[in-house]
Amino acid sequence: MTLPPLPESAIVIGADATSWRDAVTIAGEALAASGAARPGYAQEMIRMIEEHGPYVVIAPGLALAHARPGPDVITDGLAIVTLSEPVRFGHPHNDPVRVVLGLAITDPGTHLGAVADLANVFNDSSAIADLAAATTPAEVLAIMGVA
Amino acid sequence: MKIVTICGAGIGSSGILRVNAERVLRKLRIEADVVAADVTTIAEVAADAQVILTSAEFVDAIGSTRADVIVIQNYFDTAELTDKLEAALG
Repeated sequence: MTLPPLPESAIVIGADATSWRDAVTIAGEALAASGAARPGYAQEMIRMIEEHGPYVVIAPGLALAHARPGPDVITDGLAIVTLSEPVRFGHPHNDPVRVVLGLAITDPGTHLGAVADLANVFNDSSAIADLAAATTPAEVLAIMGVA
Repeated sequence: MKIVTICGAGIGSSGILRVNAERVLRKLRIEADVVAADVTTIAEVAADAQVILTSAEFVDAIGSTRADVIVIQNYFDTAELTDKLEAALG
């Protein structure tokens, strides 16, 4: 079981976003910067939320933006965006969001190991606040358990 | 017993819910198959399920079902999952 690749190019700290769309777009740009997804993937992630609502805010302060595997996904990858000011996604319990994860997955059949490791990181209830407070990519990688 | 976790894409959030539900069920010593699915396949996947785990946004889309629909707020809070699964299955 391993986390999807999280290169430093996919980490954005203290991003300025004025809406959830901005925040998800930045996560999509980070996945494009790292080579995990094509630029169109950001719009795919936004469309999932437009279609199904703010369910991607899966814990207080944390959004897990993702879309289905498809032509805009190049390889498995994770992006982490922390926001200078939190934004609301419209979730009844878990707003506002300080940390946005972007997840690109090529094969739904093999992604469970990757999300199991994500669960390992965030089942530690301090992880979201620690990420929101991180000031360097190295700190983010340490919190995520990536050496 | 079959438990289905539902999200919009069938990856990511439903996968996390599946992993954490399996952990909780092991601790509760409850044997179950936990399957992650996307909301468009719910009728097929959940036809023989006892429990559906999801977030509030999908309750309407799940529609009428014989399964217990459990709404989870914090996907990483295994205490919430434990309480709600115990209440439904205990």
